[in-house]
Amino acid sequence: MINLAGRDILHGWGKFAFTGLGLGLLVGVTLSMAGIYRGLVDDGRVLLQNGGADLWVVQRDTLGPYAEPSSVRDDAWRSLLAVRGVAAAGNVTYLTMQIPHERGDVRVMLVGFEPGQPGEPGFLVAGRPVTRSHYEAVADLRAGFRLGERIRIRRHEYTVVGLTRRMVSSGGDPMVFVPLRDAQEVQFTKDNDALVNERARTAANPAFNRPGVPGLLEAVQASQSASRSVNAVLLRLAPHADEAVVAREIRRWKHLEAYTRADMDEIVVAKLIATSSRQIFMFLVILAVVSAAIVAFIIYTMTLGKIREIAVLKLIGAKNRTIAAMILQQALGLGLIAFLVGKTAATLWAPIFPKYVLLLPGDAVLGAALVLAICALASLVAIRAALRVDPATAIGG
Amino acid sequence: MNASLRRALPIAAAIAALILFGWLATSQGPLAPTRVTVAKVEKGPLVASTFGIGTVEARRSYSLGPTVASRVARVLVDQGDRVKAGQLLAELDPVDLEDRVASAKLAAERAASTARAAQAQLAEARSRAQLADASAQRSAELRAKGFLSQEAADAKTHEANAARAAAEAAAAQLAAARRDHERALSELAGTGKLRAQARLASPVDGVVSARLAEPGTTLVAGQAVLQVIDPESLWIRARIDQGQAGGLRVGQPAEVVLRSDPQRAYRAEVHRLDWVSDAVTEERIVNLGFAARPEGVSVGELVEVTIRIAELPDERWVPAAAVKRVGREDGVWQVANGRAAFRPVKAGLTTLDGRTQVLDGLKAGDEVVVHSEQALKADARLKVVPAIVAAP
Repeated sequence: MINLAGRDILHGWGKFAFTGLGLGLLVGVTLSMAGIYRGLVDDGRVLLQNGGADLWVVQRDTLGPYAEPSSVRDDAWRSLLAVRGVAAAGNVTYLTMQIPHERGDVRVMLVGFEPGQPGEPGFLVAGRPVTRSHYEAVADLRAGFRLGERIRIRRHEYTVVGLTRRMVSSGGDPMVFVPLRDAQEVQFTKDNDALVNERARTAANPAFNRPGVPGLLEAVQASQSASRSVNAVLLRLAPHADEAVVAREIRRWKHLEAYTRADMDEIVVAKLIATSSRQIFMFLVILAVVSAAIVAFIIYTMTLGKIREIAVLKLIGAKNRTIAAMILQQALGLGLIAFLVGKTAATLWAPIFPKYVLLLPGDAVLGAALVLAICALASLVAIRAALRVDPATAIGG
Repeated sequence: MNASLRRALPIAAAIAALILFGWLATSQGPLAPTRVTVAKVEKGPLVASTFGIGTVEARRSYSLGPTVASRVARVLVDQGDRVKAGQLLAELDPVDLEDRVASAKLAAERAASTARAAQAQLAEARSRAQLADASAQRSAELRAKGFLSQEAADAKTHEANAARAAAEAAAAQLAAARRDHERALSELAGTGKLRAQARLASPVDGVVSARLAEPGTTLVAGQAVLQVIDPESLWIRARIDQGQAGGLRVGQPAEVVLRSDPQRAYRAEVHRLDWVSDAVTEERIVNLGFAARPEGVSVGELVEVTIRIAELPDERWVPAAAVKRVGREDGVWQVANGRAAFRPVKAGLTTLDGRTQVLDGLKAGDEVVVHSEQALKADARLKVVPAIVAAP
């Protein structure tokens, strides 16, 4: 027995292929939207993963350092290191800022880290780690910096010595890693004019500038310009330690807030990016529904376009089953082409997106199943229409 | 177009599309192997250095001010002036100091007169005592011969004793008057020194670095009027992270880059290592002297310091990016049959250009993973490429 579906497709394969291509692009857009949603959530997650931390210690009663500002004294790590179960502690600062680069600005998250401690970039795609204690930087590829390039961050020039990948803030801004002391200076030291004004303001205050107490003014001014804060302390725990117990200990005795990875995941995914990810998710749902409707309409109209041929088939005595199989096979074929084209297109254009697009194999499998299911459903309607055709229309016209 | 071609074309297109799809699915996205670059363990000389930032400072800086509260009368030099040792730089208003000197002088003179009077009194008392002694002796002789009554002889002896006591008292008074004179003299000398303190002279050949008070200003004791530095003593106070300060020794050569002249490196040498390091910033304080003082350098200028700590002639090394910490161990990733395998190594020092010394765990010529597209896990599939990002 010959395959009617195959014969029919071969008869008008150009039209069939282009219909498949069109549907495929639509599926590709839907898959990309799913990828954008996954990428958004993943941006939040990599932020937590790439520090290599087990616990985040931040200012008390804050959701810092990503969701809320937090400030911790930079010697707090010493007492944290003394808590049982803590293996390593690293000070970090985070500051989202614009860096001038090639006649424009790049929005980056400036991370201050201590080499060898939690918070440093875990892997490089080019170059070397930071070896000097000042004025060297490791940047994410997305920032667009090249190895050896000198970038200006506020007061000083930094040399880009290494490049890394997928090190982004929860908002998808590329990270630039610099030594902690430099980052502290960037975050807390003001510009020159502000410093001079501040000095003049203090000098004008009679409480700090008393004639009989030489040296008081200088002492006050020195204490104003010093900055001894960081945004968080990242802790790595010993293998046996229970993170909940350590976190409780720190909350109780160190008067700081401690978050485990699960807490942090909750904060970042469920609080920080909740609205934007729900927004994208809603759009994804609507796009999926619209795509499904369009696929159904196209299969239906494609079948109706062949209504004369189906009438002829009926006239020459083809069984209903044969006709139904032909329509179903064509619909599934179309769905398959659409999925393959869509997946290919989504994979090819994903790297061009300015934000990260994460195409999961699970999503692709689900997408394929959905596309084929929608095609099968749509073909049922078309089959119903085809079976109700009166064979006489083949002659009557 | 014949029929067989018409039939073959769509099938060929379908096969091509499937191949493209298969290639994309396995080479892009999560199913693709992780791309890595590798490098061989090399052997060669390593120069270990450490890096810090510091400021230019004057090793010797002199703050000149009065020792008692006083008012500034004249300031003879301004900031930037070159001065010689001993040159008068400023004068403080002595107020009543002159009068006090005069008063002390008069008091000393008066004490001298008192001493002279005491001297004369002593001479008189001594002479009286001599006379009384002679008289007593004579009356004793007369008494022995019976010419004089016992009572009269006793009276003479008493007179002689009293006159001797009076002479002793006069001697003591003279000593007291002399002490008084000495005290008045030292008081005069002290007031005179105070007078000298009101004149501020430069202790060294140098440059005036700050003029802190103008004539008419009243200062408390110890407050500076002028600051003088010795420009020959300009050196660098650098702060080196404690983590990188191991191996620092006096005499090590260094390169210094001034913020005002970043293109040039000046030669310097470690002159002093502070015994006390900054406990708050966790930095060691190192002082370096310039081999030749740069022209136009200013005190307080920011400098970058690179100190050469050690030179190792022939060591195994890997790129610093290759050394990772997994758990509590340092090690490197290697490619074994296309999969990642972790190999613990003992890492030594890391040079500033990113080469890490291998103490143990690898042989020269072994291949290690340097860069990777993502963090590696054991048994991850790897694909070795020459470079992950195109070279600039």
